[in-house]
Amino acid sequence: MEASQIIFILSAILILSSAVLVTTSKNLVHAALWLISTLFGVAILYVLLDAGFLAVVQVVVYIGAIAIMFIFAVMLTRRELLDTSEQINKSWPMAAGVAALLMVALGALLAKWDGLFKLPAPMAEGVDPIQSLGIALTSPDLFVLPFEVASVLLLAALLGAVYVAMDKK
Amino acid sequence: MFWADPINTIYKSWMTGLTSLGLSGSLAQVLLYLLGIILIISGAMVLDIMLVWVERKVVARFQGRLGPNRVGPFGLFQPFPDIIKLIIKEDTTPKGADKFVFNLAPILSLASVIFLWAIIPLAHNIYGVDLNVALLYLVAAGALGTLSVIMAGWSSNNKYALLGAFRQVAAMISFEVPMIVALLIPVIFTGSLSMNTISSFQADNYWLVLVSPLGALLFLIAAIAELGRSPFDLNEGESEIVSGYHIEYSGMKFGLFYAGELLHAFTFGGFVSILFFGGWDGPFAEQFPILGVFYFLIKAMIGYWVIMWIKYTVPRIRIDHMLMFNWKFLTPVAFALLIVTAVVHPLLIGLNNWVYVASMFLINVILGWVIVEFLRSKSKKERAAAETVSVSAAHSHS
Repeated sequence: MEASQIIFILSAILILSSAVLVTTSKNLVHAALWLISTLFGVAILYVLLDAGFLAVVQVVVYIGAIAIMFIFAVMLTRRELLDTSEQINKSWPMAAGVAALLMVALGALLAKWDGLFKLPAPMAEGVDPIQSLGIALTSPDLFVLPFEVASVLLLAALLGAVYVAMDKK
Repeated sequence: MFWADPINTIYKSWMTGLTSLGLSGSLAQVLLYLLGIILIISGAMVLDIMLVWVERKVVARFQGRLGPNRVGPFGLFQPFPDIIKLIIKEDTTPKGADKFVFNLAPILSLASVIFLWAIIPLAHNIYGVDLNVALLYLVAAGALGTLSVIMAGWSSNNKYALLGAFRQVAAMISFEVPMIVALLIPVIFTGSLSMNTISSFQADNYWLVLVSPLGALLFLIAAIAELGRSPFDLNEGESEIVSGYHIEYSGMKFGLFYAGELLHAFTFGGFVSILFFGGWDGPFAEQFPILGVFYFLIKAMIGYWVIMWIKYTVPRIRIDHMLMFNWKFLTPVAFALLIVTAVVHPLLIGLNNWVYVASMFLINVILGWVIVEFLRSKSKKERAAAETVSVSAAHSHS
């Protein structure tokens, strides 16, 4: 067994067990903290795939911004900070059925795929992934249009936030 | 050979030693890397112990006191009684605290600082890892630091702790924007996100502070806010919320927060030096990397001293002023500087080196001057408006 496989199995255990704990912990802040641990595990997987940029962005965006926003929202909207809440409502059998069906379908798909037990191919020599990413995002032949559209979308969201928060006189 | 590349020489000789003992190559490699990690962490921690003395001595000088002077020469051994005191103190946990999170927070707080030491190039061939996304990694480690503050504030079951955590997050999220923009300025000049490339670029060409003094200043201000040091120490706010997020911590758990804060400040002093003052660059640093480590530590110490100087000189800023300062001043200035740098740098880069550096410096100075003039005229108008209001109010009273 190779070192990357051991790390993969350990981080997979981390991701799956903390994902289960996100749904089973009664305390909302605990659930958010377990979510952070799940997202951190995903960042480790990105590192294993030589996608250092994605890994760091995963930590900055998901842990540094979104998870902290979750915790903030929980803290500011609950009256008691140690509040607990019901985890399931009465439509849980339907949700469980859909989830089981999806799992069977995904399992069937993966069983047909021959890459399931293979190691990832090593990266080509002399390729700087972040440089390739930068070129891909700014080259007219590649993804400059989706990139610009996403920027405009974010700008619109920013303007919307300012408008909503503005003091109308 | 050893003096030119100490780490690699030691690595190779130990590697042959370990494999001749019968260890497999990959296992020996893992062991040696682990040893390297432990070495960097212990080095940072030992430095941290001495920083306690530095901080106490320097603040005493700023306040016209002597500082620690009883234990050892110049009070140099003062940190050791401090540590013994912290260890033998009672370890208290408040009622209703969330024990697991409460105990995890100080560890995460110190760890988020120690993570940063992985990417610091101590010399051109002495470093933890040459990450090609090091500048983003710096921001990511800061995010973990924020998380530890929230965890401490929430789990303590104390309203002052929670208030401190809220303030810290407000400050961190807003000051991250000008900080990232200021971090982009070295990227424009060097074309790389890697700390090693940025510092070796400066060793080969010129220190980036010469071509972007305003960028260095912006980064320093944003870094102080990121550290939560005065004038941005709202998270601790000793006079209003006692000491904020770590109010309920005692003994060594408080010690971890304190050690983390000192090491964080020193590390950011180091980052200022790496990004704008050449890092390990100095005479003979290429031939003798040990000298590079020495230059780096000296520059980091000067950066740390400036951060302390600001901390013990200026009073705390009010939270609305802080947010206004960030969003209405620092962020626009950072973006203006980024745009000017991104446009002017490619236009001038073909020129003679000295002409290029001088004109970049001049442009920074002009930009700074325009901003200061603009602010002065604006505050004059505001002051005049406030005066007429108070004068008319006085008239209507009489």
